[in-house]
Amino acid sequence: MLLQQLINGLTLGSVYALIALGYTMVYGIIELINFAHGEIYMIGAYMGIVALAAAAALGLSEVSAALTLLGVFGAAMLYCGAYGVTMERVAYRPLRQAPRLSPLISALGMSIFLQNYVMLAQGARDKAFPALIGGGFEVGPARVTAIQLFIMATSLLLMFLLHTFVRRTRLGKAMRATAQDRRMAALVGINVDQIISVTFLIGSLLAGAAGVMVALYYGLVNFFIGYVAGIKAFTAAVLGGIGNIPGAMLGGLLLGLIESFGAGYISAEYKDVFAFAILVLVLIFRPAGLLGEQVPQRA
Amino acid sequence: MSRALRPLAYGVWAALLALPLMGPLRAALLGGVVLVMTLAFLGARALSRRPLGSALRQQAAGLGRAIRQQAAAIPRPLLAGLVGAGLLLFPHVASRYHIDVATLVGIYVVLALGLNVVVGLAGLLDLGYVAFYAVGAYAFAILGTRAEVSFWAALPIGAILAAIFGILLGIPVLRLRGDYLAIVTLGFGEMIRITLNNWDAFTNGPNGILNIPRPSVLGFALRDPMYHYYLILGLGLFTVWVIGRLNNSWVGRAWIAMREDELAAEAMGINVMRMKLLAFAMGATWAGFAGVFFASKQTFISPESFTFFESVIILSMVVFGGMGSIPGVILGAAILVILPEVMREFAFYRMLLFGGAMVLMMVLRPQGLLPNPRRKVELHPGEERLGAAA
Repeated sequence: MLLQQLINGLTLGSVYALIALGYTMVYGIIELINFAHGEIYMIGAYMGIVALAAAAALGLSEVSAALTLLGVFGAAMLYCGAYGVTMERVAYRPLRQAPRLSPLISALGMSIFLQNYVMLAQGARDKAFPALIGGGFEVGPARVTAIQLFIMATSLLLMFLLHTFVRRTRLGKAMRATAQDRRMAALVGINVDQIISVTFLIGSLLAGAAGVMVALYYGLVNFFIGYVAGIKAFTAAVLGGIGNIPGAMLGGLLLGLIESFGAGYISAEYKDVFAFAILVLVLIFRPAGLLGEQVPQRA
Repeated sequence: MSRALRPLAYGVWAALLALPLMGPLRAALLGGVVLVMTLAFLGARALSRRPLGSALRQQAAGLGRAIRQQAAAIPRPLLAGLVGAGLLLFPHVASRYHIDVATLVGIYVVLALGLNVVVGLAGLLDLGYVAFYAVGAYAFAILGTRAEVSFWAALPIGAILAAIFGILLGIPVLRLRGDYLAIVTLGFGEMIRITLNNWDAFTNGPNGILNIPRPSVLGFALRDPMYHYYLILGLGLFTVWVIGRLNNSWVGRAWIAMREDELAAEAMGINVMRMKLLAFAMGATWAGFAGVFFASKQTFISPESFTFFESVIILSMVVFGGMGSIPGVILGAAILVILPEVMREFAFYRMLLFGGAMVLMMVLRPQGLLPNPRRKVELHPGEERLGAAA
């Protein structure tokens, strides 16, 4: 039981971590809670279904399962990236100079819009996602499925790639500079608008991957999955310290574990309350999160 | 890319984005819609910049001024009397359905005005406002069905309970900034709803509570929708009166000062913590009133009436009308209740349009339909081109 909850929690947590990265990066740069980020993840899951159907129609899925998987992930992530960048252009860029509440409300509107757009386009009923990866093995009393392993491995890989990108490349350096001080970054010749677009692109790519993985895991997709996942991922980002990339990864894993253990040992009905309760507690006692720096309040 | 091609590019991009989800036919349709809308928008903007356009605009502005002057010439008491008589006579000429819609408008006017205190005046984005509405409704549902507390006694009880919950929420979040606050309030709202849904012994869970008593006067139950209309009219007018007074009092000014610049407000001697708590309590009070009324009018409530989307709809009313403006918020509430009723056949698209309109409103007219005139004279340092990094 303990081991099983640990494995389930880590699987769930790595997905939360991937989504949380998008929140944290965007917040780090423009200090906006992108409410619509959960919707990007949901679109990723739907894109996975569509891409899979397309792969089947093209006959790719009979050639190679691994190639199909790669294609599905690639297509879903790319499309999510496009959605993320478009969203920034339409709903947030015109509001760069506006009072703080405006982009937040705009983000809320975007989230509602995307949710209903997908509902109208794809129907309100659950969509089934075919199981691509089967099998699993026993570890003592617990069972690890191949999908769980796959999710954890892929998340780790993506997080490693992101970390290298942010630490080692010029673009990553520009991102860090913009996050530190947007005006100063602009003064030393960084194209801030472009960096913001890149940030949205990367965050959305990761959310897209998370969407496909969750669809694989649960086998079902619905247009409202983005809302709860978004809130939880945001909680994870806050838990780790918003704006902090390793923090989001840690926060995601922790939240996954807390939820899994809470559902297993305390009450499954109140599963969703745990995330909110943690969010409130963290914000009250350690608003900067676990890994965040204690920054003075900015007006 | 040349400017002329831009609408086309937007249309094609939108169609491409929608293609996998909507299929080729609907995606092309969407692309066309985007193309036409961009063209119309750019055309309107180009026209307004031309001499002809600006002359037209001046004409329109002059006409608007003239109308306003004419309207101002009508004595205020006469105007108030006419509107009052209209509101009083309305249920005698309208059908049952129209009375019901008007009652609904009334409920949302009270709710939106209450939220307006928190969001519009104090500048605290509350995304869990519906929780206080639920507190009021459940307070009466439980007290009325189990303890036979009357509607009139429940009205203040519900309001006070909601205010207590407002303070309970307010205390822990006092130190949080705008967007953190938004998320925590959202979480609070969800926690209340999940609790209502799962605490079967107390709230009867997802089945809700049935047979909530109707308001009664001297033992005579007010069943007719007309009475509900008059009740909510009274409650609405009371709300408008109190909030109008608050708005123009030192409390309202302190809230607005806090909204514009918390540090400066504190430096001017405003007790920011206390004012924030007061805003939460004040805002929640109206939701409590509205909740009691709602429970009594419906005679049945369940957690389904108190979802996050309800909070969003109330927030949209405040945003559409103009944050901090009482006439604006009333207009916003009326439009957002009546419009979906009129467009029943577009019911599917309702939330889609809501979301899109919220984005468009923020981009094109963030001050709302009827902005608070006071906003014009306020300083908005954030709107300077450079100093907006934070």
